Amino acid sequence: MLEIKDLHATVGGTEILKGLTLTIEPGETHAIMGPNGSGKSTLSYVLAGRDGYEVTGGRIIYEGEDLTELNPEERAAKGVFLAFQYPVEIPGVPNSTFLKESVNAVRRYNGEKELDAIKFMKMLRGKTKELGMSDDMLKRAVNVGFSGGEKKRNEVLQMAVLEPKLAILDETDSGLDIDALKIVADGVNALRSPERSSLIITHYQRLLDYIVPDKVHVLAHGKIQRTGGKELAHELEEKGYADFVGEAA
Amino acid sequence: MVATAETVDQVQTIAGEKYKYGFVTDIESEMAPMGLSEDIVRFISAKKNEPEWLLEYRLKAYRRWLEMPEPKWAKVDFPQIDYQAYHYYSAPKSADDGPASLDEVDPKLLETYEKLGIPLREQELLAGVKNVAVDYVFDSVSVATTFKKKLEEVGVIFCPISEALERCPDLVRKYMGSVVPMADNKHACLNAAVFTDGSFVYIPPGVRCPMELSTYFRINEMNTGQFERTLIIADKGSYVSYLEGCTAPMRDENQLHAAVVELIALDDAEIKYSTVQNWYPGDEDGKGGIYNFVTKRGACRGKNSKISWTQVETGSAITWKYPSCILQGDNSVGEFYSIAITNNAQQADTGTKMIHIGKNTTSRIISKGISAGKSDQTYRGLVKISPKAVDARNYTQCDSLLIGDKCGAHTVPYIESRNKGAIVEHEATTSTISEDQLFYLRQRGIPEEAAVALVVNGFCREVLQQLPMEFAVEAQKLVGISLEGSVG
Repeated sequence: MLEIKDLHATVGGTEILKGLTLTIEPGETHAIMGPNGSGKSTLSYVLAGRDGYEVTGGRIIYEGEDLTELNPEERAAKGVFLAFQYPVEIPGVPNSTFLKESVNAVRRYNGEKELDAIKFMKMLRGKTKELGMSDDMLKRAVNVGFSGGEKKRNEVLQMAVLEPKLAILDETDSGLDIDALKIVADGVNALRSPERSSLIITHYQRLLDYIVPDKVHVLAHGKIQRTGGKELAHELEEKGYADFVGEAA
Repeated sequence: MVATAETVDQVQTIAGEKYKYGFVTDIESEMAPMGLSEDIVRFISAKKNEPEWLLEYRLKAYRRWLEMPEPKWAKVDFPQIDYQAYHYYSAPKSADDGPASLDEVDPKLLETYEKLGIPLREQELLAGVKNVAVDYVFDSVSVATTFKKKLEEVGVIFCPISEALERCPDLVRKYMGSVVPMADNKHACLNAAVFTDGSFVYIPPGVRCPMELSTYFRINEMNTGQFERTLIIADKGSYVSYLEGCTAPMRDENQLHAAVVELIALDDAEIKYSTVQNWYPGDEDGKGGIYNFVTKRGACRGKNSKISWTQVETGSAITWKYPSCILQGDNSVGEFYSIAITNNAQQADTGTKMIHIGKNTTSRIISKGISAGKSDQTYRGLVKISPKAVDARNYTQCDSLLIGDKCGAHTVPYIESRNKGAIVEHEATTSTISEDQLFYLRQRGIPEEAAVALVVNGFCREVLQQLPMEFAVEAQKLVGISLEGSVG
């Protein structure tokens, strides 16, 4: 699914990722944990192709293809989804309009027929129901006036609608109460299948109680410092990141 | 369309003879000779078989025009206009003019029609393909007739202004020039002297016009040309919604456009006037684009009357336009909803004037300006409260959106309040499309240009919602098309 090899990346001329290697097989859920400033968010932006995040070395192979050659919308159309740490407000654009644009842009890219308004709304209502969200959220402008929890739920809704092959969750758990956390976790778990993978970036292990990862990686100083099973998350919870912060310094 | 040398000679000869025989029947030409003079004004009037009073009106306007200075206060920059370099009259285009088929039409134009979802037959008409009948475009010959019949049944008069001069000369004479005085400004004055045609609408008392004056007519009115004059009168207790223009870009060879629109609403009447202006903006440097110098004004003469302007301005190299309301009647309401989009080298100076005279009058101004490329635009608005306008209220909101770092947006509000009890509010914001927004949308699979269009449509939503349904859909697409090439 995803093979990252010796990845180096800079932001504004400063090297943040310094030889990161990581492989995710289809159907696997991986967690990346690490202290602040370790390069977690940079990794998610590099994978999504954000301007200003420059790959200076190594490679990212996604489904046999060099991801770095694609622009953000192409990556999205090929099934790479990033749930944002800080979802962005788009004033005046109803959520449902945005989602329809998104779904149909992806369908067009993949040579599929666009969904008409009726089919789309039917599909969308089905998704909100599955996730236990109110339709009210669809009429409101994208993320405008949404509470922190609503914004994150909106990310999960988008993910459910787009059904990505690779979902990257960038600190989706930050600032969430336990109920919202469960909704997010349910959304991610509902998408788990032998073909889909996810990469969960988090600071705390709390989310991992609900989304149980196959592997946990510790990221510090722009590199994966250690890889283990789900028990590694608990170990980090107890000991903190002190070991890793010192190690490469 | 080129006037033959012979015609030009002929006209010049006759002109030289000081209209000994007049122009009435002698000349078969399609076009007046180049330039502007009293003779040309007489020529136009004669061509249209106008009554004496109108000729006098035109001549008076022409003489005033000669002495008037060019308005210089707008923030637009263009070379001095050579008024002698234009033709001021040309007969409606003959069927033989224009391309023989769509194959001969600029593919870029067709691409735009395609994106707007305009049917093939209608495309042919818009592109000026010869021998395409309007009725044919609308599948059924009876569409025009049906519309006309329906309007006649309720007594609505909707016809070219030249026809109105025959059908209801008193109405035309009474109201023409009563809202926009002949010498209001140089452009309006020029129009008064040389206007060629335009629309006339009269809604009788108590009648709610049974249809939007639109769709079919937008095609029909295509050739009314560069000095259009529109007069709409809503009698007591009546209602009309009028749609001007077209979302499709127009083929047009006239560079200078100076239209005048006058609206009159009597007691309890309401006029809703919507415009989509998409004239040719010129190439990337603005070369060859239209100069659109329009004077639009409505008078709420009666109590409880209402006039609402909605405009979507995306075209022209230069736009100079301030649809205004004179709120004379007590409790009358004026509204102005505007979207102005400028890209490349376009310049727009647009806004409104709300003149509160009657008691308890209310006005609302919502202006959304979007600048991209190296374009420059200005919102210029006047809110004037006269001493007698007790309890007058105004709310103004001006939002500007900038795309890129080479464009400009300016807001120039003028507020003159001579009544202590008046409430005048003004809010203004300036923002840019953020990189965060674009990345967010692209990460959801939406390509960059579509992402810009989506953000801009959201920004304009309040105004787009004011447009009649069918127009709104096309206008949304137009917003995207106008901004093509503005990013990346």
